[in-house]
Amino acid sequence: MYSDNDDPRFLPSPYGAPRRYDEGSYRPDRGTTAVVLGLGVLAGAAGYAWYQAATRNRVGHRPPDDAPGRTSRQSRYGNYAVTGRTVTINKPRAELYRFWRSFQNLPQFMENLHDVREVGDVTEWTIRAPLDREVTVRTRIVQDVEGEMISWRSIEGSDIDTEGKVTFRDAPADRGTEVEAIIAYVPPAGELGRWVAKAFQAEPAIQGRRELRRLKMLMETGEIATNANRKTA
Amino acid sequence: MRALTWQGKHDVRVETMPDPEIVNPRDAIIKVTSTAICGSDLHLYDGVIPGVLAGDILGHEFMGEVVETGPKSTLKKGQRVVVPFTISCGKCFFCEQSLYSACDNSNPADKQDISEKLYGHAMSALFGYSHLTGGYPGGQAEYVRVPFSDVGPIVIPDGMDDDEVLFLSDILPTGWMAAENCDIKPGDTVAVWGCGPVGLFAVQSAFVMGAGKVIAIDEYPGRLALARKMGAEVIDFKQTNVLEALMEMSGGMGPDAVIDAVGMEAHGMAPDTILDNIKQTVGVGADSAHALREAIMAVRKGGRLSIPGVYGGFLDKFPLGALMEKGLQVRTGQTHVQRYTKDLLRRIGEGELDTTFMISHRLPLEEAARGYESFRFNQNEWTKVVLKPGTETI
Ligand SMILES: NC(=O)c1ccc[n+]([C@@H]2O[C@H](COP(=O)([O-])OP(=O)(O)OC[C@H]3O[C@@H](n4cnc5c(N)ncnc54)[C@H](O)[C@@H]3O)[C@@H](O)[C@H]2O)c1
Ligand SMILES: [Zn+2]
Ligand SMILES: [Zn+2]
Repeated sequence: MYSDNDDPRFLPSPYGAPRRYDEGSYRPDRGTTAVVLGLGVLAGAAGYAWYQAATRNRVGHRPPDDAPGRTSRQSRYGNYAVTGRTVTINKPRAELYRFWRSFQNLPQFMENLHDVREVGDVTEWTIRAPLDREVTVRTRIVQDVEGEMISWRSIEGSDIDTEGKVTFRDAPADRGTEVEAIIAYVPPAGELGRWVAKAFQAEPAIQGRRELRRLKMLMETGEIATNANRKTA
Repeated sequence: MRALTWQGKHDVRVETMPDPEIVNPRDAIIKVTSTAICGSDLHLYDGVIPGVLAGDILGHEFMGEVVETGPKSTLKKGQRVVVPFTISCGKCFFCEQSLYSACDNSNPADKQDISEKLYGHAMSALFGYSHLTGGYPGGQAEYVRVPFSDVGPIVIPDGMDDDEVLFLSDILPTGWMAAENCDIKPGDTVAVWGCGPVGLFAVQSAFVMGAGKVIAIDEYPGRLALARKMGAEVIDFKQTNVLEALMEMSGGMGPDAVIDAVGMEAHGMAPDTILDNIKQTVGVGADSAHALREAIMAVRKGGRLSIPGVYGGFLDKFPLGALMEKGLQVRTGQTHVQRYTKDLLRRIGEGELDTTFMISHRLPLEEAARGYESFRFNQNEWTKVVLKPGTETI
């Protein structure tokens, strides 16, 4: 049975297997050092600084830190690309959960999301693609904890292999709710792949953070900010 | 409608643009009766602020009459209002702390990316001030769409002239906050770089807050005379060594607090300015900060540094050592206008603050381009320009 917490893609283990003590650094032998110093004062100084940096205060093994896995310097987890973003929204957790859980609401702040249809326990997401085409993602809810989190995973027949989750946590100091959305997906191959890569991979973080900003605007102010001076551009 | 549009460096034109409409529920439409040109507009005019597009309507100091309201606006048609230049939602974490110029929700989502990259966090929106801060059409126009009209605009009682209250939109709160950021103790000596409208209001505000002595610095006799009229002692930086003079005029201690009301286009012939200007010209986002450097050097140990002057990019030769070793406190930012409007309106009404003394010229909106040129290139005589849409002659 799938348990979200066991899923390595969502776990903060950015470093994989512990690094060996001597891996990834290079200690020059005396001959090399001599050559480096021979290149002149500037090069010598730079080489010395590098030598210092490479040999002093070296950390052999780095245990996992407390940052979310997706902020690690590695951004692929197996076949999956992962992107995510947290935003604090000045509204109660329950209200935000309820708004999100009515998937029909999501196109209000997700620009490319054209249509959401729920057929039994399957949700069909129609995403606008360039040249008037559409991509359909079919998902099933994996976990749904009232007021706390919703996670989903794509099923057979989906154009994209993807999974994601959104969590709602009380923000400290009465600041409302921390909403964290994470999406993992396998970039498909072929022409579709190229488009998806463009829409998701080149700018997945941009797309995601714009959507969360719009959600925040909508929930906090009741509208989505625009500089348009007229209703129709 | 007619509106002043930016076309390029030193090229602004009044053109016919589509009238604005109510777009969001909290919007209102204002028919502008008075609108001013700001020193900040000169940064756009000089092309040193990125993200301004040809055809953008400028202007962020404006007031007028409410002519249309969205369903969630609390304004009523016919009311006279002054509109803060900062666009703020009133509902986010920052607005609730009255940090209005840090509002999270006014800058459209797709406009936030650049400033998030540039500054680490997305900036909020301002009227008529580049696409970094939202690309909202500005107030040097006959009509303006005002978002969050239930939070920003302040209603003006009958009997107060436009000229008396217009500057509540920006420069009066800006001068006031600049002085407030100095944390003035009774009898303090405060030095102010720049005797433009912001510096002049800072001088006046510093006295209201209890400063014993205010020293104002500029090069234009016309502007220095206004500062003197407000009670300041003045230094002409073209004839006097500013650092030496400030030490001597503050008993050898240095001023307790200093205000940089000049910003990113400081003049000066010192090598730092020349280098700064070259970099600004080749467009690497470098700020010219002669006044700021001088202020940091001048202020006494443990003193306060207030920076209302606008900066947008990066700075070389920043006297970081002086800042740290002297243990200075620094406060700055775009003004949290909405925090001050009510209190300042009262002070104007009671005659405590004089807001009209700096207006040197009033022009019809149609002559806005001439206003920009003169305000930019004849600063000695042109201290503040107010434009009047809908009038032919004044
Ligand atoms: N923080 C805010 O919210 C806010 C709001 C409004 C304006 N501003 C900024 O405040 C600054 C001043 O605005 P303003 O309308 O008074 O502009 P302004 O251009 O009218 O005045 C600037 C003055 O500084 C003087 N100056 C130039 N170099 C100097 C130097 N080295 N030493 C002393 N004085 C020098 C100029 O001669 C001029 O009189 C601008 O940078 C503007 O963008 C900030
Ligand atoms: Zn201004
Ligand atoms: Zn806000």
